[in-house]
This record gives sequence, structure tokens and C-alpha cells, in this order.
Amino acid sequence: MSTKSHSMVMLRRNFKHIARNPTSMFNAVLMPIVIMWMFVYMFGDAFNVGIDYIDYATPGLMLLAVCYGLGATATSVNSDMTKGIINRFKVMDVSRGAVLTGHVVASLLTNLIAIGALIGVAFLLGFSPSASSLDWLGVVGIVVLLGFAAGWLTVALGLAAKSPETAGLAAVPLVMLPFFSSAIVPAEKMGPGLRQFAEYQPFTPIIETMRGLLNGAPSSSDAIAAVAWCVGIALVGYLWARSTFNRRA
Amino acid sequence: MLDGIDLDVRAGTVFSLLGPNGAGKTTTVNVLTTLLRADGGTARVAGHDVATETRAVRAAIGVTGQFAAVDELMTGQENLQLMADLKRLGSGEGRRVVTQLLERFDLVESAQKPVSSYSGGMRRKLDLAMTLVGKPRIIFLDEPTTGLDPRSRRAMWAIVRELVADGVTLFLTTQYLEEADQLADRIAVLDQGRLVAQGTPDDLKRQVPGSHVRLRFTDAVELDAAARVLTDSTRDDEALALRVPSDGGTRSLRALLDRLDEYSISAEELSVHTPDLDDVFLALTGRTHTTEVVAK
Repeated sequence: MSTKSHSMVMLRRNFKHIARNPTSMFNAVLMPIVIMWMFVYMFGDAFNVGIDYIDYATPGLMLLAVCYGLGATATSVNSDMTKGIINRFKVMDVSRGAVLTGHVVASLLTNLIAIGALIGVAFLLGFSPSASSLDWLGVVGIVVLLGFAAGWLTVALGLAAKSPETAGLAAVPLVMLPFFSSAIVPAEKMGPGLRQFAEYQPFTPIIETMRGLLNGAPSSSDAIAAVAWCVGIALVGYLWARSTFNRRA
Repeated sequence: MLDGIDLDVRAGTVFSLLGPNGAGKTTTVNVLTTLLRADGGTARVAGHDVATETRAVRAAIGVTGQFAAVDELMTGQENLQLMADLKRLGSGEGRRVVTQLLERFDLVESAQKPVSSYSGGMRRKLDLAMTLVGKPRIIFLDEPTTGLDPRSRRAMWAIVRELVADGVTLFLTTQYLEEADQLADRIAVLDQGRLVAQGTPDDLKRQVPGSHVRLRFTDAVELDAAARVLTDSTRDDEALALRVPSDGGTRSLRALLDRLDEYSISAEELSVHTPDLDDVFLALTGRTHTTEVVAK
């Protein structure tokens, strides 16, 4: 019970931080939308993906939206560690996990806000998914699972970094990774090497699962791979975060 | 880092750990506040073992570290409210405590401003106020006045005295001898991880040469003449000064002045010295406190 209520206190604190630092929210919510405009309006006609480009790209951009929020999470986790406040929490009878849980949940909720905004704009741009309400539920489930996994991994990155600046940089690969997946263009249209990378990297099955659900034709093998990747990443992130947290300060 | 430290702090008193930078003061505090696990030995805080009963220790103590542990992005009031929430004070009780502390620490005006705009002295005050939420009976203050201007330092001292009056036990580290002298009931002197002395401020002062009168002269001739007359004095040629043992009372001072008069010797300046903790440090470690700080 103590973990739960302390986590709530920490979550409120993280929300205040986000509200005080609008740049990070701007980055997390607006950047994916800007990128969506860019790809759909500027490049959309140049890609031949078999279906309306907005219908193709939206699931990938949802994943991109998750990744764009992570830099801020890594930075704020690291600030907590390096600015001394963590020592105050550590000498209080505060459960150790609460600080980290607060960051993960705040990160997840930022992701959900960003994705909500993105989907809203996608509909304005002509997004027409054929998903049933059950499919939508599946999409939400995958997004939450992904946000949770990416959140723990980012918290670990933030803890391991030396300074808030390097923590922000450490999240950059996660922001770049969607571009080398089937998010923007299908993997089979990429050059050799990159194609294999795109096919086997974790984001591709996650995107393909969401794409399948939204187009009303989910693939169970993609879904299994997606869930497995998310659970794996969450577990690695969680264990890494815990051990780094206990070691530092 | 620490070597064979043995401390005993009675409840309701101020204990000061005194030492130069790098002596091991913060390490000691970190061990006692469960931030750091000792390689060996035992320590009990509020009757609980710091290694095995960390939760009970944490529930009993409040810690204000050397660097203000405040949340820069939140306001002063929000920082205090955060502590009240973590200490599980009810919402009414929490608000009351927050308001009280803001008033007590003279932070009402800046309560709604983000801490990033606070001065160093205000940060320390807020930091200490945060420590007091939940009324811990044992408080650790690690160098609470390092880097503060004299006025903020006096304010911090006044707060410490108030806490003592409330019956709180205080463990205070400092590199300022005057601070330990002013605040502490007992002092332990730490040097390079070892305890070199422990006792009341008066105990420690008794360990060093007694009080003396210092006479300064205008030239070497006067100094020579005075040194011939005052046979028990020690001379300092560089400063043209004589150090004469004396209890500093009016009777012995008059005797000294009469003797100088008798030989028509006049001193440029006379000052009476009672030993302070600087002298203690010099006597105990063979180094002065100040040169040590410069050397670091």
C-alpha cells in the first residue's frame, strides 16, 4: 500500500514538472504531428504502399510519438539523480520503486496524450481505419504495453547517464529507430542490409500489429512478436533501472 | 575512509562533528542516515541498527545534506506539500504544517515562486523546513551554513537553537570552529577519518595552552627590552610581539603593565586571548585549521 500512495505522490510531482516545462510537452505532442504533416503532405504521393498513405503511416507515427516523449523522461530521471533531491527521498521512509514508477507512469500518460492528439489530426487528414471496437482495444493495449516498456528502458537510460544532457542524448537512438522500421515505408522497399534490419528490429512487428488491427486484418504472428518484444524490453529496462538505482548515490 | 570512530550522542543535545574538508564528516553522516553501508562496525540511531533496521531509522530521522535537496521546478510551498504527502499527513494537517513552516522560516512571500529563483540562503531554509515536516526527533545537518553569508548563518543558528529548545537531538557537522563552539553540547574533532578528540567545548579548550596576553611593539629594541623583563614570555620576532601567559584578569594585567612601566617600556598594542577551537585544532592535529583548508 505504501508503494501505491507514494507512487501517486511522485506521479503528481512528475506532472507538475511536465506542466512547468512546456518545451518537453511541445516536443512530445507537436513534433509527431509536424512529422505526420510532412510525410503525408510532402512525400505521401511519392510512396506507393498499396493503400492510402495516411492509413499506412498512422500506426508508424503512433510509435514515433511514443519515442519522441522519451528524451524528456530520460532527462528528468537524470535530473532527479544528479540534483540531490533523490538523497532526500532515500533517507525518508519512501519506497524505492515509487520514484521510478512515478516517472514511468508520467511518461506513459504523456505518450497517450501525444497519440490521442496524433490520431485526432490523422482523422482530419483523412485517416479511415476499418478497425472494430475490439481492434481499437487491441491498439490501445499495444500502445500501453509499448509505452510501459519504452518508459522503463528510458528510465534505465536516464539513471545510467552521467548528466541530464547525456541522458537526453541517450534517448536519441530510440527516436531514430522508427525511421529504420516499417513506420514510414515498407521494409521490402529498403536496400539490402537495412531491409533485414528493419524486418527484424522490435518496432516493425509492433507497428505491423497496430497496422493490422487498424486495417481490420490483425496478424497473430506479428502480435505475438510485438507482445514478446514489449515484455522483454520492459523486463530488461526494469531490472537495469532497479540495479542502477540501487547502485547510485 | 573512516577509521575506528566511536560516538555516543545523548538525546536532546547537539553533537557536532568538526573537521576540515575531506575529514570524513559527510561519510559519517551518510552511514548514520542509511545512505551508505559501513564496511564494519555497528551504529544505532534512535535505538535502531542502521544496517538491519533501515526503515525504522529512516522513519525517525530528518536529514539536511550539504547540497540543498529541493525540487527546483516546484514552488517552495509545493516542495513542503510534497514532504507532507510523503509523510502521509492528512490533507488538513499537511496544509497546516506547510503554512506554519513557511511562516517560521520567513518564506511566505516566496512560497508561490519556483525554487530555481531562490537565493542560496532561502534554499537552505526551505531544505531545512522540508526536513522538519513530520517532526523528526533526530536531525542530521551536514554543513548547514557552508557558503552562507554571515546574516543567513546567524539565522540558521537561531533555528538550530529553537530546535534544541523543542527537545530535538541534533547531529551537526561543520568546518567552522566558531559554529561548533556556539551550538554544540559535545564536539568530536575528525581528522583524516580518525577521531582526534571528543568532549564539551570547554573540555577541548582545556586541552590547549591557557589564555595569554599578546603585546606588540614598534621596533626590535623595545621587543628585546621587554623580553628581558618578562622572562616567562615567548617572542615572535617577525610580528614584533610577545606572548605572555596570563589569566586575563584585571589584577594580573595591572601587574604586567606596572612592570613594563617600571622599565619605561611601552607596547604598541595589547590584546587578551582566550583559546578558541582554532587553537584546539592546532594543538590536536599539529596543523592549523585554516592552512589545511588552503592546502586542499
